[in-house]
Amino acid sequence: MKRFAALFTALDRTTRTNAKIAALAAYFTDAPQNDRLWTVALLSGRRPRRAVTTTRLREWAAERAGLPLWLFEECYPVVGDLAETIALVLPQASGTSTASLSDHMAEITALAQMDEPARKARILATWDSLDGTERFLFNKLITGGFRVGVSQTLMTRALARATGIAEADLSHRLMGDWTPATTTWAALIETPDPTAALSRPYPFYLAYQIEGDPQALGDPADWCAEYKWDGIRGQLIVRGGTHFLWSRGEELMTDRFPELAQARDFLPPGTVIDGEILGWADDRPLPFAALQKRITRKSLSKRLLAEAPVVLKAYDLLEEDCTDLRPRPLAERRARLEALFARLPDRAPLRLSPLLPFADWAALAETRAAARAAGAEGVMLKRAAAPYLAGRKKGDWWKWKLDPLTVDAVMIYAQAGHGRRATLYTDFTFAVWDGGDLVPFTKAYSGLTDAEFREITAWVRRNTLQRFGPVRQVKPEHVFEIAFEGIQKSPRHKSGIALRFPRMARWRRDKPPAEANTLDDLRTLLESHG
Amino acid sequence: MSVLTFTERGIFCPAGNFFIDPWAPVDRALITHGHSDHARPGHRRYLATAPAAPVIRHRLGGIALDTIGYGEPRRIGDAIVSFHPAGHVPGSAQIRVEVAGEVWVVSGDYKTEADGLSEPFEPVRAHAFVSECTFGLPVFSWAPQAQVLAGIDDWWTANAAERRFSLLGAYALGKAQRLLAGVDAGIGPILTHGAIEATCAVMRGQGIALPPTIPVTPETDLKAHAGALVLAPPSALGGAWARRFGAAAMGLASGWMALRGVRRRRGADRGFVLSDHADWAGLNEAIRETGAERVFVTHGYTSVFRRWLADQGYDAEIVRTAYEGETLDSAEDAP
Repeated sequence: MKRFAALFTALDRTTRTNAKIAALAAYFTDAPQNDRLWTVALLSGRRPRRAVTTTRLREWAAERAGLPLWLFEECYPVVGDLAETIALVLPQASGTSTASLSDHMAEITALAQMDEPARKARILATWDSLDGTERFLFNKLITGGFRVGVSQTLMTRALARATGIAEADLSHRLMGDWTPATTTWAALIETPDPTAALSRPYPFYLAYQIEGDPQALGDPADWCAEYKWDGIRGQLIVRGGTHFLWSRGEELMTDRFPELAQARDFLPPGTVIDGEILGWADDRPLPFAALQKRITRKSLSKRLLAEAPVVLKAYDLLEEDCTDLRPRPLAERRARLEALFARLPDRAPLRLSPLLPFADWAALAETRAAARAAGAEGVMLKRAAAPYLAGRKKGDWWKWKLDPLTVDAVMIYAQAGHGRRATLYTDFTFAVWDGGDLVPFTKAYSGLTDAEFREITAWVRRNTLQRFGPVRQVKPEHVFEIAFEGIQKSPRHKSGIALRFPRMARWRRDKPPAEANTLDDLRTLLESHG
Repeated sequence: MSVLTFTERGIFCPAGNFFIDPWAPVDRALITHGHSDHARPGHRRYLATAPAAPVIRHRLGGIALDTIGYGEPRRIGDAIVSFHPAGHVPGSAQIRVEVAGEVWVVSGDYKTEADGLSEPFEPVRAHAFVSECTFGLPVFSWAPQAQVLAGIDDWWTANAAERRFSLLGAYALGKAQRLLAGVDAGIGPILTHGAIEATCAVMRGQGIALPPTIPVTPETDLKAHAGALVLAPPSALGGAWARRFGAAAMGLASGWMALRGVRRRRGADRGFVLSDHADWAGLNEAIRETGAERVFVTHGYTSVFRRWLADQGYDAEIVRTAYEGETLDSAEDAP
């Protein structure tokens, strides 16, 4: 673990991309292969299942440190991170350990098979053999919350430097449904197995939000426009008689959306489609909330499948007849996609995302303004001559979303943030007026600058009315403009309303609380936009 | 009557008619040390230790300041007061107040580890102890100073090898001089921000030995000092002042650096966990050694620490004060 801890420390101490890549590349060259494989797995979000509840970890840590549990619980919100809190309160280790990262991962995997007394003894023994960063990392790994400001792109770049394999090739190899238990460094990175490639998706191409006006993009004739759908980005793969559905976060969603199994009946093998999964009824999209149920529920009941049926709204063809089409221009891929869809019967759970013809930018602006009526959240612009790139690249794909909806709301509760925001109040609850009462309707925790968070933190400390554990009720004095992308009815919320992507757009220092919006205003928005 | 009472203006001794570290103007103020949340302007008469006096004079100007030696009893009204080393910064004191045989001690700010510069902390027996608890949570546990200083030396050496400046944020009074006295001045030149240089000059004037420093002015030829250690208040690190050093390595020396989240938010490459306040074990040990049954906690994690002390069998209370302890986010420190 010492080598992995040294890597973590090097990554943690710098914000410079080059220094991070150098540290990673050195590790991918020198570390034992099993450790490298685990590091790639962890940095690409592949974590072992949590083998012990955090409740037990808190109890055991408090007991080992000789502290009452309440005191441990008071420390946690101050530190903002459970793994770190445990590492800090425990007494100094009495021994040292030479176990490697993969040894510890094997240990964590084995914990799942143990009974609780054995599990506790094992963890206490490990705590007593690790100090400082190693102990913190062990806790991170055991709680399944391992994150270190290293994106997958950055890791892939470092891997490319260490192995001499091209970045794009590597990012393709790293996708898919592997874990360190099912593969080896040699198999995954150095000698990819062609049959394993069956399920492997292409890296998604991601668009940037356009800033201001699309005028700067030049001649409208060079661009294709479509609606920007508010669903889940998905890549549908039909290969060798079976099918796979991948999310943008590289999660295999095949079983979540059984309707799409029918695609095998309609699409020839060797077809890969990029599109948007949408709840779909009466030939229009269902609100995102309907789709959300399909992702969050553990089991899919017949009723849920009937309530929220889905389709894949297709907008790109990445593979046809087992041939990678990504280097071809969008115009050609699009023509092939349309030809393929012309042959599909209506009952197929696949729909073409239509192109939106426009003569000039002003005409497109009008289409965009009416996007909500079509159940979309704006328009997409894609350069007709562009190949399909990997990752978020500026230039060829742009999203031009509708301006968000806004309400002015009063802050009534504040809670400290986590991690790097642990000593600041950053998580707020907002309310609107219902007669003389303030009714909470949303939380928001982003959108302010660091300086504003510092200022509001100082204010919260001085203006706390009551405390409920980590939550402080504050004087209803400050008004914030809350921006959001959608509004839905929600029986689970006191206000009867749920917002999509709420955030603080502005601190309205000019507005007294009495001038904040009302619950009736929200209901009006619900009627017009819900 | 109580030996000390807690008023709107500060900690008050009715028998002696004086205040300790008051935050509103009073007739007679006994001052534990020169930090601005303890030594404030506007009082008619001041009393502090002789080694604390030069900095207090420097900060507050022409005040009526009387001095006293450590351990020297002095009668004020019906009270007998004496000052005892608090180990916080040079000249800092705990103030012992005895009235009719009952002894109360006000800690001011303190740390229990000897730092080689401040007069080392001395436990004082008391019936009641008024204690700070800036770091009154068990997550705060300081490594020995020598270990932290060695880490700073290594960091500086590595940066100097790349001809990069090592910008280190530290309080102008106390922490900066503790670092100066503790780092290996053989590694290279040491530059100082004006606020720190001014305090160093006062301390050198009273005979405290510090290695040579070069104050940074608009005329300073920085190229000639590439690879130097640069000491500055934390608030100066984020601003225009720091930009002149180019792609410098940035470090902060503070007890708060024990928390990864705080260090990341401050954007420092390195956090050195070095505090002029007691850690959890230090607070508990100091309180135990007073033998006090009553403990009043003034600033820091007061509600948690009070409950912990009550669990341990102390008669513990929270006192509301205007003291801040060690802070990285106070209004005056904000960049």
